[in-house]
Amino acid sequence: MTFFRESYIVFSRAMRLSLRNPTWIVIGLSQPILYVVLFGPLLEKIGGQLGGDPWQVFVPGMLVQLGMFGAMFVGFGLVAEYRAGVIEAMRVTPASRTALLLGRVMRDVVVLVVQALLLVLVSIPFGFRAPVGGVLLGLLLVGLLGAAFASLSYAAALVLKSEDALAPLLNGLAIPMLLLSGIMLPMSLAPGWLQRVSDINPLKHVVEGARAIFRGDFATSASIWGLAWTVILVAVGTFVGTRIFRRESA
Amino acid sequence: MIQASGLARTFRSRRGTVEAVKGVDISVAEGEIVGFLGPNGAGKTTTLRMLTTLLDPTAGTATVAGCDLRSDPVGVRRRIGYVAQSGATLPEARAGEEIVDHALLYGLSREQATRRGHELFEQLDLEGLWDRQCRSMSGGQRRRLDIAMGLVHQPLLVFLDEPTTGLDPQSRANLWEHIRGLRDRLGTTVFLTTHYLDEADALSDRLMVIDHGTIVAAGTPAELKRQVSGDAVSVVLADPARIEDAVRVAKELSGSEGAVGDGDTVRLRVEDGGAALPALLRRLDADSIALSSVEVRKPSLDDVFLSLTGRSLRDEPAA
Repeated sequence: MTFFRESYIVFSRAMRLSLRNPTWIVIGLSQPILYVVLFGPLLEKIGGQLGGDPWQVFVPGMLVQLGMFGAMFVGFGLVAEYRAGVIEAMRVTPASRTALLLGRVMRDVVVLVVQALLLVLVSIPFGFRAPVGGVLLGLLLVGLLGAAFASLSYAAALVLKSEDALAPLLNGLAIPMLLLSGIMLPMSLAPGWLQRVSDINPLKHVVEGARAIFRGDFATSASIWGLAWTVILVAVGTFVGTRIFRRESA
Repeated sequence: MIQASGLARTFRSRRGTVEAVKGVDISVAEGEIVGFLGPNGAGKTTTLRMLTTLLDPTAGTATVAGCDLRSDPVGVRRRIGYVAQSGATLPEARAGEEIVDHALLYGLSREQATRRGHELFEQLDLEGLWDRQCRSMSGGQRRRLDIAMGLVHQPLLVFLDEPTTGLDPQSRANLWEHIRGLRDRLGTTVFLTTHYLDEADALSDRLMVIDHGTIVAAGTPAELKRQVSGDAVSVVLADPARIEDAVRVAKELSGSEGAVGDGDTVRLRVEDGGAALPALLRRLDADSIALSSVEVRKPSLDDVFLSLTGRSLRDEPAA
């Protein structure tokens, strides 16, 4: 019980600070919305080659991108908190170290799910259609993906403790993961070698899973693999994050 | 309140191992204000981080506030307060919210936390700043807020790491009053690190001097000053050419020690500078050595530090 209480204290503090200065929430949201509004319409004419309704291909991809990018850079906030002494001050309290991480991750997940919901709503007038069950499961997937990336980002931030070291690391990972995930266009359009390279990217399977889920194909191997990979990423993220937060010298 | 023996910490890096703290013994009684003095990089903060459970010692044992450091770190955390050098508040957060959240993490109820926060704001001259963003508070105010946060759960023992670094003289003096008040009014044991000798002198009942990871001296400020025998006397000659004659006279003076000449100045140590001065002046006069000035100085912790470590604390770059 104490653990949940402590996580909630950390969560509400983080949430309060985010809402007071929502610049990052707005920037994080505006990017995928710009993609929907300014890039999505380009896909309508090549719908046939995408292997389905272009909006059903594109919107799930944008949601995964939001889950990944929205959470990947949260570590910068932690570096600022570390520098201000906040992390240290919280670590001398009897509060659980895992709660110090989980509270922050919960804030990021709530922000992401709200952003994802807005993205879905914005896409509807453009012609995006999906079953309600698919949307709900898809939002869950985005939330879990966000939790995984946020935990990893916090762990990296706590190890590196510097924006200058964190930025190249995150950007270096983000771009190849993005390009090899089929977020913008499905990897089925890619030549054979590129498809095989992209197979090792867990995010590609998450994207394909998200597309299946938004089509309402819950029991297909694509959606099951997508969810499975998301759960694996969450497990890895929480494990690494918790370990780093518990480590004495961090 | 603190019983530590052989506490050591080694850091391993690519360039090899660094023994930051090489086995220190510390004992602090209830209600004491103990100053932990040393230049930057001497191992002060590392020792403090071990005693506050933030860093695992590589060797040694310690009992802090009645709990074993290794087997019951959570018990230690419950009973101690720690005010780090880096501060404890986010610039964009509001002062009152920061202290309430901090208190909640110690298990206080929201109502208790708010009451206790307001009490501390009043005690530490922070009234009216409850809704203020931390970034728009002065350095002294933020420092007092850090201290308030460290005290919010009424700890028996509070660690202050360089509490006045970066503050203007007025804020420093004001903070000293508050630190003394912690002990005098609340009976809190205070363990503070500093690299300011005047601060250590003004606040501490007892001092420990750390250098290169070992404790090189411990005692009350008066005891430590007594280790540096006698008062420092310096006489400046009107004619530097007579320096050798003046040093000879100074050496012949009964009870004088370590007489040296340096340019136009002769320095020496005597048990009682005031009493020795007339005789010294008479003899210099008898040899017709003219003087331009004379100074007698009681030993300061500066001199103690210099005699213990062979270098002056003031040579160290400020943090």
